[in-house]
Amino acid sequence: MTPSVVIVDDHHLFRAGVRAELDGLVDVLGDAAGVEEAVRAIVELEPDVVLLDVQMPGGGGAQVIRDVVLSRPGQRFLALSVSDAAEDVIAIIRAGARGYVTKTISGPELADAVRRVDGGDAVFSPQLAGFVLDAFAASGAAPPAGVDPELDQLTAREREVLRHIARGYMYKEIAARLQISAKTVEAHVSAVLRKLQLSSRHELSRWAVERRLVD
Amino acid sequence: MTSVPNQPPPLRRDRAGAIAGGVCSALGRRLGVDPLVFRVAFVAGTAAGGVGVLVYLLAWAAIPAEGARRWSPPSVPGSRESWQVAGGIGLLVLAALLLFREWDLWIGDALVWPVVLASAGGALIWRQSASAQAPPTNLAPRPLRLGGTALGRGALGVALVVCAGVVFLYLNDALRPARDVLLAVVAVVIVLTLILAPWWVRLARGLAEERGERIRSQERAELAAHLHDSVLQTLALMQRRADDPKVVAGLARRQERELRAWLNGRPAASGDGASFAAALQSAAAEVEEAHGVEIDVVAVGDCAVDQDAEAVLGAAREALVNAAKFAGGEPVSVYAEAGAQRIEVFVRDRGPGFDLAAVPEDRRGLRESIHGRMRRHGGEAVVHTGTDAGTEVELTLERRS
Repeated sequence: MTPSVVIVDDHHLFRAGVRAELDGLVDVLGDAAGVEEAVRAIVELEPDVVLLDVQMPGGGGAQVIRDVVLSRPGQRFLALSVSDAAEDVIAIIRAGARGYVTKTISGPELADAVRRVDGGDAVFSPQLAGFVLDAFAASGAAPPAGVDPELDQLTAREREVLRHIARGYMYKEIAARLQISAKTVEAHVSAVLRKLQLSSRHELSRWAVERRLVD
Repeated sequence: MTSVPNQPPPLRRDRAGAIAGGVCSALGRRLGVDPLVFRVAFVAGTAAGGVGVLVYLLAWAAIPAEGARRWSPPSVPGSRESWQVAGGIGLLVLAALLLFREWDLWIGDALVWPVVLASAGGALIWRQSASAQAPPTNLAPRPLRLGGTALGRGALGVALVVCAGVVFLYLNDALRPARDVLLAVVAVVIVLTLILAPWWVRLARGLAEERGERIRSQERAELAAHLHDSVLQTLALMQRRADDPKVVAGLARRQERELRAWLNGRPAASGDGASFAAALQSAAAEVEEAHGVEIDVVAVGDCAVDQDAEAVLGAAREALVNAAKFAGGEPVSVYAEAGAQRIEVFVRDRGPGFDLAAVPEDRRGLRESIHGRMRRHGGEAVVHTGTDAGTEVELTLERRS
């Protein structure tokens, strides 16, 4: 079964390019150029996955996520952006996206990422893995009071998996190197995603505040 | 009052050593005596009939201050400082007046408060105008923000002086005939204010708007200049070289990197090597340009570039060149983790890989530039490879503390 997607990006050329690249790999239901248009299209077309640009006029991808989850709480988003600024990446993940890939990704790789997000997994680019390692650095400041310490730290295994992602390894290769199953690798990445979204770790909060995600 | 012999050090009031006006420290420095001696003498002179204060004031006025540069306010004076100076001058004048009164050099008590008020207000105004002449450090909104409080202090100074005049006139009974005139003047002022206020407000707002517009257009011009120097030039180059996809890709990649660095406020390429991550990025950029292979760098943490970090950078660069040569056009991944205790760099390509044992002894690149360099600095290099498995060079260096 091929997953269905809606592409949200304010650049027409880019939408057309992604459509052409994904042609035959996934089922593109439609696209949208702005926040309001995107919310309408997603609610109407009910795609499995939304490919979401981070920076758009009118609040960006994070606003789309916030508006859509009101009526479709289970909607899955994959962020797709040219930006490699930490605050953009962290902000869209904390808003609820299940993955982040850069626009230089190839068509088949993107389709694979869409399938993984559709299956409930998280998709981390090497860059995102690097940011997460940075934010959860072992030598970081002590966690603020009242924070669940579970959410505030990565396990040794999760760090190892993230380091491999940052080094450019595929999940399958990581599984082989660490002698665990590919499913376990995915479970680790999903656990990291959860921590990333729920932890109130100082660095994460700071990035989120900079993008005015926290009231 | 004092003749200054042409001998160093000259008689100058030194701001740094000053307690009040710097007179005692100046005399002490000039005569090579502890300034404390003069301070005690002045205090004693003050207690004995007040001569000390008078002499001190005269000396303060006569002895020039240390160099004009040090005299002029080094920055816009803070409000606290201005208040203190104004209050101090007022008190000094009050002291001097009481002294004159004690000596029967006296015109009348009516003089006291007006003179004290006027001198305090005058001090405020003078200080404000001095600070206004100080060259602004930049054209940013800073002076504008400070302007408000500075203007307030200036206005208070003026109010004090005017108040002094009014009190003086009142105490001399000169105000009674002027009351009718005053009433008329107040009425005229109120009427004029009502008439002119809207115009004045509009003018002030217009000025602020114009200023904002000027700043915006300046920013726009700067942005346009930057885009013209970088992006437009590259686009023009790409059109001319459109028949060579490799060159075009390289150009696009370089422009992207520069633009990202500019947007993120990072220096494009830090040649001074202050930051390990930045140095690694620029090394990767150079290799990328020289060999036309895409290199993705992910750096976690950072540290200063010292000798050890330099060695890792050199080895990483060599590994990058190898990867770029043998990766067969596939992108190369670099992952670096730098900290106070250790530096780790992973350089990975998805090329065909090679048989490590088959590398001839005389290939210095791997043996010397990577293994040898790391070993000399107490680190190690491990190469994982095999035919059809890609290659990963792992550089680890534990910091010697």
